[in-house]
Amino acid sequence: MSAAPALVASGISKSFRAVQALDDVSIELHHGQVTALLGDNGAGKSTLVKCISGLYQPDAGRIFVQGAEHRINSSRHARELGIETVHQTLSVIDPLDVAENLFLNREHTRGGWLGARIGLLDKGRMRRECAATLARLEIRIPSLRRTVGSLSGGQRQAVAIGRAVAWGQQIVLLDEPAAALGVEQTQRVLDLIVNLRDQGVAVLLITHNMDRVLAVCDQAVVLYQGRKCAEVDVAGASKDDLVSYITGARSTDSGDGV
Amino acid sequence: MIRKSISEKASADLPSPVEALIDRYRHNGGLRQYVVYLAFVLILATFSVILHDDGFLSSSNLLNIGRQAAPIAVMAVGMAFALAAGEIDLSVGSVVALSSLVAAEIVGNHGFLAGTLAALGASALVGLVNGLITVKVRIPSFLVTLGMLGIISGIARNWNDLRSLPIRNDRFSGIFGAGGLGPVSSLLIWTIVVGALGHIALHHLRWGRHVLSTGADRDAANAVGINTARVRISALVVSAAAAGFAGVLLAGRLSIGRHDLGEDYLLTVIAAVVIGGTNLFGGRASILGAVTGALIMAMLNNGLILMGLEVADQLIARGVIIILAVALSMREAKEG
Repeated sequence: MSAAPALVASGISKSFRAVQALDDVSIELHHGQVTALLGDNGAGKSTLVKCISGLYQPDAGRIFVQGAEHRINSSRHARELGIETVHQTLSVIDPLDVAENLFLNREHTRGGWLGARIGLLDKGRMRRECAATLARLEIRIPSLRRTVGSLSGGQRQAVAIGRAVAWGQQIVLLDEPAAALGVEQTQRVLDLIVNLRDQGVAVLLITHNMDRVLAVCDQAVVLYQGRKCAEVDVAGASKDDLVSYITGARSTDSGDGV
Repeated sequence: MIRKSISEKASADLPSPVEALIDRYRHNGGLRQYVVYLAFVLILATFSVILHDDGFLSSSNLLNIGRQAAPIAVMAVGMAFALAAGEIDLSVGSVVALSSLVAAEIVGNHGFLAGTLAALGASALVGLVNGLITVKVRIPSFLVTLGMLGIISGIARNWNDLRSLPIRNDRFSGIFGAGGLGPVSSLLIWTIVVGALGHIALHHLRWGRHVLSTGADRDAANAVGINTARVRISALVVSAAAAGFAGVLLAGRLSIGRHDLGEDYLLTVIAAVVIGGTNLFGGRASILGAVTGALIMAMLNNGLILMGLEVADQLIARGVIIILAVALSMREAKEG
């Protein structure tokens, strides 16, 4: 765990035509900590995640990863920097099986140089490593050869998160990872997040559920209509505090400063 | 804590190989995956019985069916990739003609190899243009390739004023269509080669997985860093190149290049691919199914003629059977 923050996004702005989705938003993610990103629908949470994960290019602002500035211009670039994302709409591919999804666009090849050139898949190795990864994360899937489309919503979610977790050595961004999950599955996701945190990963968690924030998060950053309206230590905050920030009733980051 | 129960589950035994196989069968589509093979056997059996006296099963007739199926099968393999990627290629029929004409033109003056490569190259180039316009100008491939169908058909018609170009090159004709290895027709060999290459590309190459991913969910594929623009272009190149190879096979068998070769193949090819279990809207493909679908189409064509049906009745019967087969192969897809 280095002293530099895992990720600093500073002064991020992004607009879509007339709509200012993000206005001068700054956020810091630290190794071994879970940061909640809160806000009402349309507050800009997903937009911020997409700016960090390379799907959107911010109009203004700078992003530092492990202290070094980067212009993250594609999701591939973000992954190379150790940033893994689980987007709100799952990024799993239904017709591919579990192992293929876990290794999508990071496939192992066999057959030496030629095999690597033409992309000859080493399916056996990917399945073995996939099984090991899922076991380490305590994710149980009936069969790795099953297509993801045939799994339940919770299992699909587990695969999506498992992939981010498996590869996200530094920074993992989770956009509503427990949406539409049952109680037990949600608990598993929270366990995964804690597991990651304990391994020194910097985690950003978007959620609408305050109980989850209080349960696993260290800090919370609250967006209100595209601006950051609060940044609080979760330890000292109550559910009501968080909700009042989200609804815009209170602010710690208002114009006159804190 | 909850964690305990999770680790208990995680340590549960893995299912046995047989259980795993059954599990995969049930959850990866069940019977739907095999509808095309059942249909093949069913149609083959039906024709074998009712057309027994008409020589349906005679070796010459079976050879005939195979000959008809070969170019359809080769095109179907290519089309399966275009559909799998979420695109469609309506220009394939015209590319067959273009390829045959290019081959005829070049083989005569520059020999067998140059002619073949030129025909395949010209076809792939058409696919590249299709793909670039689709991706860069953001026009659905349906419209781009529809326009290209007209353009290439026109070029083919102008090529030699609607007359066919003869190919006088025994090597070319022998290797592509007329000859064979011993009793095995070269058309059959090429069909198997193309089918095997397609199957390997779809299931065992990174590219094939990326084609499927792009067709299933382009945004998700983008999000994991797949260059979906390049994947879509490449799928259309493969589709056109396969059509070009079908053109070479036809040119080899008939020893001519002509503007109307492949003209009426488009719908037959699409029907073959879709009957074979490939999703018309991307994300699911079967190469073996596409080849089998091509065999079914050729068999239907042949059987209905042997039955003595009028052309009009043939069209009706074929249409009904195709709709039935597609309905069967898609019905369960919705559940999967």
